[in-house]
Parts: sequence; structure tokens; C-alpha cells
Amino acid sequence: MSGSCGRNPPPFPDNEDQEAELDTRVLDSDEYDDEGEDIFTGARSKPMTPTSPPDEGDIFSEEGSYIRTDVHHATNGLHSDEELDLFTEATVELTLTNTTSQGRREIIGPTASACNTTHVPNSILKPSIVTKTMEELEEEESGDQFELNIAVTNPEKIGDGMNAYMSYKVSTQTTLPMFHNKTFTVRRRFSDFLGLYEKMLAKHSLLGCIIPPPPQKSVVGMTKVKVGKEDSSSAEFVEKRRAALERYLQRVVAHPSLLQDPDVREFLERDELPRAVNTQTLSGPGLLKMINRASDAVNKMTIKMNESDNWFESKLQEVENEEQLLRRLHAAVDSLVNHRKELCSNTAVFSKSVAMLGSVEENTALSRALSQLAEVEDKMEQLHQQQAFSDFFILAELLADYVRLLGAVRCCFEQRMKVWQRLQEAQSTLQKKREAEAKLLWANKPEKLQQAKDDINEWESKVSQYERDLERVTCTVRKEVLRFEKEKARDFKQHIVKYLESLLHTQHRLVKCWEAFLPEAKAIA
Amino acid sequence: MMQEGLDDGPDFLSEEDRGPRAVNVDLQTDATLQVDISDALSERDKVKFTVHTKSTLPNFKQNEFSVVRQHEEFIWLHDSFVENEEYAGYIIPPAPPRPDFDASREKLQKLGEGEGSMTKEEFTKMKQELEAEYLAIFKKTVAMHEVFLCRVAAHPVLRKDLNFHVFLEYNQDLSVRGKNKKERLEDFFKNVVKSADGVLVAGVKDVDDFFEHEKTFLLEYHNRVKDASAKSDRMIRSHKSAADDINRIASTLYTLGTQDSTDLCKFFLKVSELFEKTRKIEARVAADEDLKLADLLKYYLRESQAAKDLLYRRGRALVDYENANKALDKARAKNKDVLQAETTQQVCCQKFEKISESAKQELIDFKTRRVAAFRKNLVELAELELKHAKGNLQLLQSCLGVLKGDT
Repeated sequence: MSGSCGRNPPPFPDNEDQEAELDTRVLDSDEYDDEGEDIFTGARSKPMTPTSPPDEGDIFSEEGSYIRTDVHHATNGLHSDEELDLFTEATVELTLTNTTSQGRREIIGPTASACNTTHVPNSILKPSIVTKTMEELEEEESGDQFELNIAVTNPEKIGDGMNAYMSYKVSTQTTLPMFHNKTFTVRRRFSDFLGLYEKMLAKHSLLGCIIPPPPQKSVVGMTKVKVGKEDSSSAEFVEKRRAALERYLQRVVAHPSLLQDPDVREFLERDELPRAVNTQTLSGPGLLKMINRASDAVNKMTIKMNESDNWFESKLQEVENEEQLLRRLHAAVDSLVNHRKELCSNTAVFSKSVAMLGSVEENTALSRALSQLAEVEDKMEQLHQQQAFSDFFILAELLADYVRLLGAVRCCFEQRMKVWQRLQEAQSTLQKKREAEAKLLWANKPEKLQQAKDDINEWESKVSQYERDLERVTCTVRKEVLRFEKEKARDFKQHIVKYLESLLHTQHRLVKCWEAFLPEAKAIA
Repeated sequence: MMQEGLDDGPDFLSEEDRGPRAVNVDLQTDATLQVDISDALSERDKVKFTVHTKSTLPNFKQNEFSVVRQHEEFIWLHDSFVENEEYAGYIIPPAPPRPDFDASREKLQKLGEGEGSMTKEEFTKMKQELEAEYLAIFKKTVAMHEVFLCRVAAHPVLRKDLNFHVFLEYNQDLSVRGKNKKERLEDFFKNVVKSADGVLVAGVKDVDDFFEHEKTFLLEYHNRVKDASAKSDRMIRSHKSAADDINRIASTLYTLGTQDSTDLCKFFLKVSELFEKTRKIEARVAADEDLKLADLLKYYLRESQAAKDLLYRRGRALVDYENANKALDKARAKNKDVLQAETTQQVCCQKFEKISESAKQELIDFKTRRVAAFRKNLVELAELELKHAKGNLQLLQSCLGVLKGDT
């Protein structure tokens, strides 16, 4: 193991100045609503931001934190509104293990110093370069347990008409020392979440991190809400979005590097956030995003990386396959949700019809049995509705999330390709400079020689820089993918078990319904 | 086994439970005349039923014999009852509906066309699904034809009908063709006239309280059964679609599970297996609901119509009788054609009284039959629903036990 040891709490949020260059621009007023439709919603790849990449001097060593996410859920499988504890759904346990603190700073000088071994809560710690092998990271299991629970609740409509928006309460409960308080609440709107995502993307995606994607924009859904249509579909939409935003934040804080990001902390803590306006589709940055995405798509087709490591190639293929299959699965679950909803309404209608039949039936016992049957069917309708709810919120949304996450994973791989490409270009430039120098030597022009030598030096250092970058990104991507796979396995298992429990519950209720009816049917004479 | 081209149908009776199949009617099996459909064959566009009779009656040449009949011949028999004036006072057992495999056939065809676009497992699974569906429709149509014959055989008067005996015994083709276009058009107009007349007749208030009450009751009952039948069909269709979706989920999970041999993949395989099994149960639930509920309602839709038809015939006879009375009074007043008027009046009176007498009993029997059939079916429905729900429960519990134990 390299020089890192001991456990260090993350640094305190004092590097706001660092963010200056990377903050998204804040424009003043706008006439467009926030949730403009993202034309490329179909395309799962994430946009490359227009902001310039961080300085090439940045070197970020990797954190060795190992995050475990436990989601506690109500056992009755019902996603009811009884939120006694805001955080029943929202527990994230964080483990800070043998790691060096990770600040977002440039490395100023040689940094062979070992990190502090003692727990120094109130001082700023000097970061150091640490490279870890994969095996080392997997060994790091134990560590201090810090708690961080996030819940997104209480959607409220602010304003009226087309300028209205939904505001969500974001509540955090934590024992992490890097926050100012143990419990705090802020109100955020959807564009704030998008803004957070854009910032994360700008800062971390180039390192090869997998950035969790936020929920999608929806013109239809939001317009209904704005217009004030108080029906079940707009209520459902708001609930769907609320749950999605909650899951999004939970994923963000489950990511070790992202949790350290001051933007994330600011998002959770700061009372008023500057409005992230460049998340609108038709704004300047929005259009730029579209153009970038288009050019990226073209790029993807033309870059063919000379892969020395088979792991990446096969992993990418795996990810692509899985994405396809999850899409298919999602479509099937979606269809199930719709058919169950249909079944639900058809059962309700049938129940009424049977009641009518029972009321006209002359034989008293049969009449009573028929009205009991109507009641049974009515109960079934409720069961179907609850089951459809579970189908959707436990299974369908999980699958939708992972389809998007796999897209983010693919972006991660693409980033690595870009870094490689940059290295290739630098290497070929270096080659050209060397050739130029050789030509000058041969042509015997000493005055230009110095310039050529300077050029070569410059490009040599660039090449070695890019080589280190590539190595680092490669390492990060590997780590990220492993972490992602662990999380995915856990997520899927948890959710599927929860879903099966909901099915179990439904069948229990079914048995009760029919057991109550049977004697009535037998009593017909 | 069923061929791709559906040229030959399966012999389904080998595995079927040979219990009393007359599900919608509670009939007492009478040793003097027992009729059932012992076999059936599905050909390209027709179904051939083997009608098997066991009888101790002297009218038949043998004690036990079989003939092959097609749907049109059942219709011919039914129509002959309807047209027979002698039977005007009875509820004529409703004709079985035409075997309709069109939808199922279309689906099988579409599957065949889309074979290239899915994996071998998916294709085989879907084929099995559709074949099971075809088989279910087949069994139903056989049951419905059988119920018709059993009702006739159980009826004290209809069972003696000559056409019925010919139907049962004559082992040649009855040369009954389906109605051609002209005849169907005639039928259509007849029905229009009949319903208009029916409205007129229904408007006449009946002196007899019993029949007046029955008229109102049957009208309303018929409408509500019709409504319930349609709604039950829709409900069951949604149920079947949901079961189909679970099928797709199961196969996709299976594919996901075979991508690798990680823990997660093994998990997927177990869940896929579970969904396969629960899907089968869900499909059975839908099928049983169809059989015990939807078919029951459909049958009583047809029977209540037949009862209404009886009331119409009686009503018609009553109107004729009253008209004959009026004609007789007029004739007596004018003292012209009195004898003829008297004869007409007598005939009408006899007809009316004969119908009234048997109609009363028929309607009472109808009630009894109906209550018994509903009881039987609702009890069986509840028992089956319980059985399936408990089955599902067990599957889910054991799977959850395994899954939770592993992690």
C-alpha cells in the first residue's frame, strides 16, 4: 500500500473560490419555462458541457471510501402517504475508510507526505497523491460509519399559470462533520436538480466518474400541473417526479467523490440557490448542448480506440447488452402496469354491474350472494390498483433509472476514449515537432533550433501529462464500474425482493376476500 | 398434436376430467336417455362433434350409438323446435354459439410470420400459449354444444321429438346446409318484425299477475345479465393481457440471467423461474373466471332470451285469443259467419291455455335451474380462486425464502 493511512474526515467547505471558474453562468431573466422539452430525451447519452475542462494541472487521487446503501422500506409494500419518518425510505450509510481527504485543489508541490494519522476534525488537511490498486480498494471494508439520510418531500406549487413551478422540500439528516448542522432543510425546484447535474458533469465526468442522471424533463406532465389540472394523472406525475428526485439525490451522495463536491453540499445546505437557467432547452447553453451532442454522436462513430486492455472492450459490450435487455424488461413492466390499471377499472365497472344484477334477482340468497360478489370484485379493484402502484414505483422506475445509469456508464467509457484521443493527438504533434527539429538540424538554421527544442520540451511534458491522465482515468473508470456493479446488484436485489413482498401481500388479501365469499356462495338455496 | 397449418385438431378428451360437463345447467342424468359429446375434431373451418347416445327407450334401434354432427345441424335442430307450434309453450334451449376460432387462428398465424424476430425459446413459449388458448376455446364450444343436447334430452316433451331422434341416430349426413344469403336476409326481416311485434305484445297488460310480473322481471334481468356478461369479458381480457406481460418479464429476466454467472444473474434466473410459474397460475385464474363467471352469464343471457321468447309467444297467443273473442262477438252481433268465428276462437283459446299452462311450469323451472347453476358456479369460482391464490402464495413464499437466504 502506498503512503496513505489513517482515517481523515473530508475537508471543510472552504473552497468556494475554487468553484468560480466552473460555476454555471447565471442569466437574469427568461421567458421560457424551466421544463422545456429535451428533444434528445430519447438519446441516452449525456451531453458534453460547453465549459472548458478543468486545468490540466489537476491531479485527483482516488478516494478509497466504500459506500453502502441500505434502503429501509415499509413492509406492507404500500407506498402510502403515512410518512411518519421522513427518512424511512432514505437511509444512506457512508463509510469513510483508509483514505486521504480529497479536496478539489490543484497540487501545488511535491506531495510525498503521508497523511495525518490522527482524527483532525477542525483543520484543513493537505491532500496527497495516492494511487491505489483495485485489490487494495476491495480490501477496504471497515471504517467509520457516518450517516446521511436525504428525503425529498412536500411538493408545492408556487406561482400560477405557465410560470408556475413545483417546489420540493429537501431534508437532510447527517452525522457527517463536513456539514454545518445535523439536520437541515431547503426548498429546491426541478431546474436546481438539473443544475446540480450539469455541474457534476462538468467537473467529474472528465475524470471518468459515473454521474447519476437526474429525472427527465416532461413538457406534458409539467404543463398539466401548471395549468392546475387537479386530477389523478397530474398527482401521479408529481409523485413520480418527487420519488425520482429523491432517488437521484441518494445516488449522488452514495458516490464517494460527488459527496465531497462542495456543489453537492451547497445544494443540500444553502438556503437560496442561484437559478440554474441554462438547463432550459431553448436557451443559449441548451442549444449548444444539442450541437455538442450531435457532434459527439458523430465522434463516437469515428473514434476507434486501440484497446490494449480487453477488460474495457468486453465491459462496454456487456453494458450495451444489458442496456438493451433492461429496456426490453422496462417495456414489459410498463405494459403490465397499464394492463393492471385497465384490469382495475374494468373490475370496478364489473362490480357495479354485478350489484345491479343482484338487486334484480328474485331469489334472496342468490341476490345476497351476488351483492357479496360485487363487494369482492370491488376489493379486487383496490388490490389491483395497489399492485399496479407497486409494479410501477418499485419495478418500472428502477428499470428506467438503470437504463439511464447504464447510459451514464457508457459516457464514462467515452470519456476515457477522449482522453486517449487527446494523448494520440499530442503524441503525433510531438512527433511532428521532432521531425521539424531534425529538418532544422539538417538545414543548419541554429536560430530556429532553440524554438524547436522548446516546442519539443513543451510537447514532451504534455505527452507525459496526458499519459498520466489516461492512466488515471483508466483506473477511475475501472473502479467506478466495479462500484456501480456492486450498487446495481444490491439495488436490484432489494427492489425485486420488495416487489415480491408486495405480490405476496396482494395474494394474502385475495385469499381473505374469497374465503369470506365462499360461505355466502354456499348459502345459496 | 396440433400441426402448424391447423389441418387437424387435437383429440382433447384424453386428458380431460370426465366429470359432469354441463356446467351451466344442473341436470339430472336419466338412464332412459343420456347424451354427450364423446369426441370432437377441429378441421380447417369446421368442427365435427361425435354425439354419443345411451338409451333404453324403444324408439331407438340400439341401446348405444354415435353419430358425427356439425354445428349447422345443431342449429337446424334448434330452429325446428322454435318453428314447431306444439312447443310454443316451452322454453326452447338456446342454440349453441358458432365455434369461433378466427381470433385464435389469426394470432397463431401472426406468430408464424413473426418467427424470425424472436428467440427460439420465446417462440416455443408463445406457440404453447396460443395452442393452449385454442384448446380452451375448443373445449368451451364442445361444452356448449353438449349442454344444448343435454337440455333437450332432459326436457320431458322435447326429448320425444322426432327430429331429435333423427339427429341422434341417423348416421348419414343430415344434408342441412347453412342458410344462404336470401334466407339470412329473410331471417333478418323476420326478426325486425318480431321485435316490433314483441314491443306491441309486451305493451298489453296481462290479467294474470304471475305472467305480468315475469314479463317485467325477465326484461330487466335480461338487460342486466347482458351488461354483466360484457363487462366480465372485458375484465377477463385485461387479466389475460397482464398474464401475458408477466410472461415477457419472465423471459427477459431469463435472458438477463444467462448473460453471466454473477450473483445477480443467478438471482435473475430464480426470479424468472418464479414469474414463469406465477404467470401460469394467473393465466389459469383468468381461464377459470372465464369458465365459471363469464360463460355462466353468457349462458343465462341466452336462456333469459329464450324465456322472453316464450313470453312473447304467449303474449301473441293472448292477443290472438282476445282478437278472436272480439271477432266472435262481432259475428254474433251481425249473425254472420258465427260458426267460423267460434271455431277460430276455440282454437285460439286452446292454444293460449296450453301455452299458459306449460309456460308457468317452464318459468318456475327456469328459476330453479338458474339459482342452482349460479350456486354451483359461484362456489366453484370461489374455490378455484382460493386454490390459485394459495398456490401463488406458496410460490412467492418459497422463492422469497430462497432469495433472502442467499443474500
